[in-house]
Amino acid sequence: MPDTMSASKPDQRFEQMVASLRPGRLADGLILPALGIVCFLLAWQFSASRIETSLGLFPGPVQVWEQLKTLGREHVAERTKAEKFYQRQQERNANKLAANPDAAVKWRKYTGKPTFVDQVLTSLVTVAAGFLLANLVAIPLGILCGLSGGVYKAVNPLIQIFKPVSPLAWLPLVTMVVSATYSVSDPMFDKAFLNSAITVALCCLWPTLINTTVGVAGIDRDLVNVSRVMALSPLVHVRKIVIPAAIPMIFTGLRLSLATGWMVLIAAEMLAQNPGLGKFVWDEFQNGSSNSLGRIMVAVLAIGLVGFMLDKLMLTLQKRVSWDKQAVLR
Amino acid sequence: MSMTYLDITGVGIEFDTGGSKFRALQNVNLKMSKGEFISLIGHSGCGKSTVLNIVAGLYRATEGGVVLEGTEVTEPGPDRAVVFQNHSLMPWLSVYENVALAVNQVFRRSKTRAERRDWIEHNLRLVNMEHAMDKLPGEISGGMKQRVGIARCLAMQPRVLLMDEPFGALDALTRAQLQDSLMAIQADLGNTVMMITHDVDEAVLLSDRIVMMTNGPAATIGEVLPVTLARPRDRLALAEDPEFVHLRQQVLEFLYAKQGSRHASSADVVDSAAPRLAPVAAPERLPAGSGDLGSGSEAA
Repeated sequence: MPDTMSASKPDQRFEQMVASLRPGRLADGLILPALGIVCFLLAWQFSASRIETSLGLFPGPVQVWEQLKTLGREHVAERTKAEKFYQRQQERNANKLAANPDAAVKWRKYTGKPTFVDQVLTSLVTVAAGFLLANLVAIPLGILCGLSGGVYKAVNPLIQIFKPVSPLAWLPLVTMVVSATYSVSDPMFDKAFLNSAITVALCCLWPTLINTTVGVAGIDRDLVNVSRVMALSPLVHVRKIVIPAAIPMIFTGLRLSLATGWMVLIAAEMLAQNPGLGKFVWDEFQNGSSNSLGRIMVAVLAIGLVGFMLDKLMLTLQKRVSWDKQAVLR
Repeated sequence: MSMTYLDITGVGIEFDTGGSKFRALQNVNLKMSKGEFISLIGHSGCGKSTVLNIVAGLYRATEGGVVLEGTEVTEPGPDRAVVFQNHSLMPWLSVYENVALAVNQVFRRSKTRAERRDWIEHNLRLVNMEHAMDKLPGEISGGMKQRVGIARCLAMQPRVLLMDEPFGALDALTRAQLQDSLMAIQADLGNTVMMITHDVDEAVLLSDRIVMMTNGPAATIGEVLPVTLARPRDRLALAEDPEFVHLRQQVLEFLYAKQGSRHASSADVVDSAAPRLAPVAAPERLPAGSGDLGSGSEAA
């Protein structure tokens, strides 16, 4: 059926595409952003060629592109090595078991150096964990603060005091506390991972907490009165009225939180030598080869892009969750 | 009028406005019988809404109290459902879900799921909104929203239906339609209704008694005007009915002659009939207090 349709009717998609490329839209959607990026690249190239550091010239876009490709190749090479290692192990153990079914075989993990891609993934997992941990506390506490003036008055001084604290101040404390309290044999999480995640959580708690409080406290009085007249139980009131009404503000908080968390994480990883992008940057800095600056620049761009994508992700999530499909989100 | 159903006795309220006290109401007394339709009318800021909120339980009176069927009102509850002026539907719930929220709360034990479903649809049918059950409030007109707001309240089967300027934000034509719907529903179900209005015509058309409030601060009930027009009432026929015209006249006189001079905001009261029913013959004035005025009127 679709075949006959398309045969009888010429495919209009190309015409539609052309029509959608009206000059105005093209300028807004493509040309102007592209122009901005090109200008930036030119300025970068121009100034980079004039900055002489102890590690050679500051890398321009071309050198950074080269380093990106190198990092990609290193990743592929490392993966191949890992695969080969597991293959050899598999064969060795299989042979052992074939010779003697009761033989004690050892399965080891491949312990190669984490590549750039590995570090990005580690950072992503860590920031996600810290972000989730923070919001498990921040959203319920924010709702409580918004609903009850008493709770708000009790919690507000703590918010004000801890909000401006830098992650670097928390980090030593978190490290000591984690190593003191988290001493399980066969731990589920790496200690370094916990340190980073908890530090991120401590710093990205506040935007969500504050915005949720404001959102909940600002619910239309009439809607609250409707709920009181219906004698809704507190739980139904929160589920059916408070949360939907506060969703836009909660998401504003979540987006600020995630951005903060991502920034904090890089700093924490650098300082604590926890695996992740921050450690990658620090290692390259210590390494001090002629390629180091280029590789760090790749990391800088990656950090920016990931941050941008995380925000887009939250925006998409907000659009899906929000009841007000007409609202303009940016 | 038989026994007292709703009894407002000696109600006064003081608000704390940053250190100083503001007395909004003083010694408000009113008795309503079952099935009665009462309008509260008065100038803006005279405390009409405060009276309604005290009956609803949303405010606590500083002195005096409200007794409904022998029980004192201490907190809000679905037996005193409120229709708010700006409909107050949850914008994230569909029309059906908005009514369902109330029905599931009130009848969660006494009705099965299927019965509740029927009950929700029945109430939406009452206000002619069954066609838009799955629409969000943002997708329907203001008049439709208010219909849904009324359906939500009716669905709670309140002992008293409280309406806070329910049609105030609507255009004249929609308002007339909704007034007719409300009259038909009330005639059918026999609801006890307390309605706040700014609209003199609306008050005369719908009410059994019109409670006219003095200006604040320390507002109270000034006069109570019984409306003995036969039901069902037809707005077109009544437009030139001498008794109707006379009743309007009395309300206007109270608002403008007796209370108007004290307050600058007298323009808030809408004499909506004036432009719409232009060629009204000069009414022959009936002697004040003519007819068998109902007893229960409690002018304080």
